[in-house]
Amino acid sequence: MLQERDKIFTNLYGQADWGLKGAKKRGIWSNTKEMLALGREKIIEDVKNSGLRGRGGAGFSTGMKWSFMPKEAGEKPHYLVVNADESEPGTCKDRDILRHDPHRLLEGCVIGSFAIGAKACYIYIRGEFYNEASNIQVAIEEAYQAGLIGKNACGSGEDIDIYLHRGAGAYICGEETALMESLEGKKGQPRLKPPFPAGVGLYGCPTTINNVETIAVVPEILRRGASWFEALGKPKNSGTKIFCISGHVNTPCNVEEEMGIPLKELIEKHAGGVRGGWDNLLAIIPGGSSVPMLPKSICDDVCMDFDSLRAVQSGLGTAGIIVMDKSTDIVKAIARLSHFYMHESCGQCTPCREGTGWMWRMMEKLAVGDAKPADIDRLLEVTKQIEGHTICALGDAAAWPIQGLIRHFRPEIERRMHLAKQAA
Amino acid sequence: MPNLTIDDKQIEVAAGLTVIQACELAGVEIPRFCYHDRLQIAGNCRMCLVEMEKAPKPIASCAMPVSEGMVIKTNTPLVKKAREGVMEFLLINHPLDCPICDQGGECDLQDQAFSYGGGQSRFEENKRAVDEKYMGPLIKTTMTRCIHCTRCVRFAEEIAGVPDIGAIYRGEKMEITTLEQAVASELSANVIDLCPVGALTSKPYAFNARPWELTKTESIDVLDAVGANIRIDTRGAEVLRILPRLHEDINEEWLSDKSRYACDGLKRQRLDKPFVRVNGALQPASWDEAFAAIAAKIATVKPAEIAAIAGDLADVEAMYSLRLLLDSLGVASRDCRQDGAVLDANDRASYIFNTSIAGIEQADLLLLIGTNPRLEAPLLNARIRKRYLTGKLKIAMVGEEFDLTYPYEYLGKTAGALEKVLSARSAFAKQLKEAQNPMLILGMGALTREDSKGIVATAVKIAEKFGFIKDGWNGYNVLQTAAGRVGGLDVKFVPTQGGLSTAEILISAQNKKTKVVYLLGADEIDTEKLKNAFVIYQGHHGDKGASVADVILPSAAYTEKSACYVNLEGRVQYTQNATLPVGEAREDWKIIRALSAVLGKTLPFDNINALRGQLAAENPVFATRDEIIPAAWNPNAGSSTALLETPFQYPIQNFYQTDVISRASKTMAECAKVFVYGKGADSLKKVG
Repeated sequence: MLQERDKIFTNLYGQADWGLKGAKKRGIWSNTKEMLALGREKIIEDVKNSGLRGRGGAGFSTGMKWSFMPKEAGEKPHYLVVNADESEPGTCKDRDILRHDPHRLLEGCVIGSFAIGAKACYIYIRGEFYNEASNIQVAIEEAYQAGLIGKNACGSGEDIDIYLHRGAGAYICGEETALMESLEGKKGQPRLKPPFPAGVGLYGCPTTINNVETIAVVPEILRRGASWFEALGKPKNSGTKIFCISGHVNTPCNVEEEMGIPLKELIEKHAGGVRGGWDNLLAIIPGGSSVPMLPKSICDDVCMDFDSLRAVQSGLGTAGIIVMDKSTDIVKAIARLSHFYMHESCGQCTPCREGTGWMWRMMEKLAVGDAKPADIDRLLEVTKQIEGHTICALGDAAAWPIQGLIRHFRPEIERRMHLAKQAA
Repeated sequence: MPNLTIDDKQIEVAAGLTVIQACELAGVEIPRFCYHDRLQIAGNCRMCLVEMEKAPKPIASCAMPVSEGMVIKTNTPLVKKAREGVMEFLLINHPLDCPICDQGGECDLQDQAFSYGGGQSRFEENKRAVDEKYMGPLIKTTMTRCIHCTRCVRFAEEIAGVPDIGAIYRGEKMEITTLEQAVASELSANVIDLCPVGALTSKPYAFNARPWELTKTESIDVLDAVGANIRIDTRGAEVLRILPRLHEDINEEWLSDKSRYACDGLKRQRLDKPFVRVNGALQPASWDEAFAAIAAKIATVKPAEIAAIAGDLADVEAMYSLRLLLDSLGVASRDCRQDGAVLDANDRASYIFNTSIAGIEQADLLLLIGTNPRLEAPLLNARIRKRYLTGKLKIAMVGEEFDLTYPYEYLGKTAGALEKVLSARSAFAKQLKEAQNPMLILGMGALTREDSKGIVATAVKIAEKFGFIKDGWNGYNVLQTAAGRVGGLDVKFVPTQGGLSTAEILISAQNKKTKVVYLLGADEIDTEKLKNAFVIYQGHHGDKGASVADVILPSAAYTEKSACYVNLEGRVQYTQNATLPVGEAREDWKIIRALSAVLGKTLPFDNINALRGQLAAENPVFATRDEIIPAAWNPNAGSSTALLETPFQYPIQNFYQTDVISRASKTMAECAKVFVYGKGADSLKKVG
């Protein structure tokens, strides 16, 4: 279990002052200038050594991502974009950082921008996060006034500007390239990769895009040393992580914990356990709505990190843990997720545009048992036709929950067909 | 040059290509819907998925650049399954209305469904229905059929330069729309060709025919001077539609809306038999009677009292025959420049588009003088825009401001701006000096003025001073608007010693000094002035010229004859007869040949090959075909005139009705109603 002194997000619950004064009390901005003085290469090296993996869901090495940027800013400027478009169902970690610890993010923005040679950093925040946007904006103003950002940021000699941009509430704009399209004022549709953002990103310039949590932990890594961060958690899955526990638990919460903590321990220690006891558990979606669910048998001893969850055909995703007890209509629950993905598909590429609607309609039929057993196979085939064939990962995200359901709850789906047939 | 392996075949291709292009070079066909080699890559249909070694999932071959050592597989079960999956998704919401769809028979989706479609639908839900959209008088929409490939969106944005088409909503509710506006482009109908399904079809051609019923004839367009290559689709005696034909150096694969849709004008207002005016009224007559009436009149006048004007659609053979006839009659007054343009028939470089249309893609600076290429030659304008999009072309213009679909530096309204350019007093002069391949385009708006000689002289001086003319590069261009003009000048259908030009002929006829006027399809002149003369009108449409005629000789339109036209670049091309002439109408040269016999001045050829052989002997240009012979740069200093302060005016205000065929077209009248006189007019005309 994570020691209190190893916690990074010391104001996760908003009990202290989120403003500049309170932030400084918590040690933020205390030695930013010295950290910048390490130089670009050293910062990237440290972040690489810390083993930090992106907290937005894909889990790509952050230091590696930064090292893809051109070494020197040429004719085209570099940009850092912070993805604060947190919309994944079951996830609300970035929100608490944005509203309760905005300066931690801003300090990360300064270090991140410096490390990749950017003079401008954009924070793209979800449209619905009104109060959070307001807090961030206030924090930006405070930081400008204190000389922490803007001209000669933190006295480092570098100019770093931070801009806040509010989205308009589209889930797809959380996809990094769609986010950039949206930021440029276009329709939020993912771009083709390659070219990757590090080569051709925002306004056609080299761009690094990181999740809020990723950026916010960077200053603390540099302050306390890469080895401190690396020692936490498991090999290749190091550090701490904010877990969002929701659903059928006694005390739903956000909590910062070590990576690789057993799922059961996490829920029992921090969320007051499953409603009605661990044996009342039906299934858990461990990483936000986009990853396949796990039945109780796997939940019993799985650990919460990227590689352990991948080994059980799921994923850590955003670490939004959705707990479902035995009162849950599991098929209907996944059907609701399918509706979400149909609604949020951008419509650009064929499999996702046409497939998400088809899957939802079939799911609704399965939920009431109005189908034949062969329809389950057809649905599974449709999910395979979408998975891996789309421009962005939304197609995969729409397919996986259904695949997870069929993998673990096929008898339940068939039981409903049987019941419906008997009733008819 | 990267080496890659495609289906076990080694191939070396140019760097910068995409995998789909490399596959094509390797002879492997990849199915596609959204990919089009003249449009930006969208990668959204996902039909072109292929397997790439070391990639965890199939890749979109249209969007993946080739790299060294790549191993591509296009015939694996994985690829087949991926394509079949995409095809199934495309079909689940696509209506099964092929039997009533105009795209049937030439539909990409239909064709590819044969290869990748399942035999039976697994989709048991209701299909999506989408509201129809209004896209103007030419584009018919059935948006339920749309597969969201966004080719139309990209065409409008990139090629046409009018961002009028876009997508709204998202997911399966996504719709392609213009927000109930007509697509305000002269190239709008090309989206019909681009649409891989029947979502955008041709409104005037709706439910007219099936592609397999049509006879296809490869020909040349004559409704502007570009000479776009076309295919004429006919059924029986009727031209049903006209489509573009690929010619990389002229029209690529596009066609202007007028050239495409004026063809219904070929069925209206046609002159189908000879007429002779008797007691003030035109009476149908036989060919013999018509010729006799002409012979009787000619016998009563002196050669100096006879004149001839050739119109914009006149073909080379007709003008050449008529010139020979006039020569033998001793007539000096003849002109092929109805608009009085100052063009010297003895200096070919002074009246053609020397740079060539494809040559625009080498230019780095363009000066437009009194020309509005968007309306005068939309396809040429598209080429300028194409070059502009590469970021390598700077454009400046002298004339009335107009939205040309690309930005330009505006130098002024009057010819005075040219003198500033010449004297290097404008800021623009610096760019001129730095340009490697500069070009200028003189429009008819600059060449039909009182001070045109002065303008030409200034333009020549600019060209010579700033390096427009050098080895392998001639940046001096004239943008002709009439298909027959360059050919007319090439056969010297201009006044000889002591002869009158168009304007002089008209005045002389009004003053009763010219007594017989032969109009070879000339309608764009002030025919009121011909009231006192005996007018012979030879042409195919009953327009202004025919209404003042005393004898009408009906001839064939461009779809009904094999005739030679020289495009504005000086390129010799031939039309083909897709149908027979209407009624008793005959090909123009045959009429003149027959008339020459009646007049006792029989022309020395009996067939078109003999005519063409004689013509080629006189002017070697006509021995070539689809070739540009660079014209020698040897400008005639001549007399110059002082430049006037009057602003330039463009020759074409109404793009849709410029000649007898388009004026007789109902479709063009509708377009004019919407785009020239109606609500859509503002977006087309005004500067953005």
